[in-house]
Amino acid sequence: MSKTVTFRITRGTGEKTELVDYQTEVGEGMVVLDAVHQIQAESAPDLAVRWNCKAGKCGSCSAEVNGMPRLMCMTRLGEINLDEPVTIEPMRTFPLIKDLVTDVSWNYEVKKRIKKMKPRKPDNEDGSWLMDQEDVERPQEFRKCIECFLCQNVCHVLRDHKLHAEFAGPRHFVYAAQLEMNPIDTADRLEDLKGPDGIGYCNITKCCTKVCPEHITITDNAIIPLKERVVDKFYDPIGKLFRVFSSRDS
Amino acid sequence: MAQTHLPLAPQRGYGETTRKDPWWLPTLGTFIGLSGFIVYMTWAGMQNEHFSYQGYLSPAYSPLLFWTDPEGVTGLAGAERFAYFGPQPSWWPGAIPFLPALLILWAPGGFRITCYYYRGAYYKAFWQSPPNCAVGKPHKTYSGERSFPLIIQNIHRYFMYLAVVFLFILAHDVYLGMWFIDPATGAKSFGIGLGTIVLALNVTFLSAYTLGCHSLRHVIGGFKDRISGAPIRKSLYKGCTGLNKNHMRWAWTSLVWVGFTDFYIRMCSMGVFTDIRII
Repeated sequence: MSKTVTFRITRGTGEKTELVDYQTEVGEGMVVLDAVHQIQAESAPDLAVRWNCKAGKCGSCSAEVNGMPRLMCMTRLGEINLDEPVTIEPMRTFPLIKDLVTDVSWNYEVKKRIKKMKPRKPDNEDGSWLMDQEDVERPQEFRKCIECFLCQNVCHVLRDHKLHAEFAGPRHFVYAAQLEMNPIDTADRLEDLKGPDGIGYCNITKCCTKVCPEHITITDNAIIPLKERVVDKFYDPIGKLFRVFSSRDS
Repeated sequence: MAQTHLPLAPQRGYGETTRKDPWWLPTLGTFIGLSGFIVYMTWAGMQNEHFSYQGYLSPAYSPLLFWTDPEGVTGLAGAERFAYFGPQPSWWPGAIPFLPALLILWAPGGFRITCYYYRGAYYKAFWQSPPNCAVGKPHKTYSGERSFPLIIQNIHRYFMYLAVVFLFILAHDVYLGMWFIDPATGAKSFGIGLGTIVLALNVTFLSAYTLGCHSLRHVIGGFKDRISGAPIRKSLYKGCTGLNKNHMRWAWTSLVWVGFTDFYIRMCSMGVFTDIRII
């Protein structure tokens, strides 16, 4: 397969952007990031693109390919209809620095405000804890996150309504779930999740799960279980009463 | 470090996207599927006739709390044996039509309306919030499930408890569907008809949907950080998680089958279908 393909790429800074067409020859096995690099080398040396590992593990090359949030390094050209121009845009949820590069630093600020791990007293004299593998596996899924922020990008609460000040977003719910479900952690994040992190804004459209390149079941395994824990604490009077008499705890 | 505040991209217009796939197709499919079901079940619930045949009782009318006067309506002969509390109460105001289905449909209806899967589906299909992933939506403001009215969705687990009770009732209906009445003598005899199979599949699909519910998954074990300590809880949680992985599939299968079960019994009662006796 060798073919000349048109790529329609966002160029510009801040609010001044336009889609510019570039043509390049593509071959078998190429990914979108290869084509972008080729365009950089051939016709647009000032094209800004963030990338690092080219293996889907660093989460740097997040963008929107034909309108869907994806990692450019993991999107094979063979999966795309190349008879039409291929659109490559930056993530819309974060401020644009230049071309395909956005400022994702807001995410790191949000992460800082999530309560850190507060381990219970060690089980052994050497300061270690005992955990069953099955209990480890549940939060383990969330550790696969590479912080590409595609889930944040696709979430309409941030993308359309810009509720960055009131909503932590799927990435941080995954992080909170990873800590909350850890058997040795004792911190309580439910009040923060209901309040400043705004988990109630999530309306479970599962777009975050759909775009996750690590295939983390964000909605079903992280967000909904957290929502249920929030219900336990704030919206279930009968359950609360039941817990008083049954000493049900986590 | 000095920081420059860069502007965010403006909100896209309704339906605006650079997606090239037919993103509107699943949204339209959900809209048609759910609308069709709501229209059919409302119609079926308001008919108040042809909801039973032999030992079969339509799930739209189960549990039948009261039966109405069989002389006043058609296709109800023998329906009184399904009623838990006898005939229509005498105190029921004559001005209000007595519709037994509407006395009970709020429970399974409430379970589905507050279901996490359906919420995501109908927010997209009916409220266009958003129409699909990465597609512009029509709303400028948004409060989600944080405030009234959608904060009520948190009631889901109470509907789940009711839905579990309904499973036992519908399983009992399968048992009733194994007893056939001889119209000449009135004698009951054991048997299995195609309708029995339809009813059995109905409760099977509904069980797969209900027992994979996110709220159930939480209350039977998900609330614990350490599940491995209690073997029974662990097994229940694992089973529920297994069903939960296909929650969408079971939600649709059970929805369609509930409608079909009512349709099958209705057609048998009206004499359009002839129920096949297997045993």
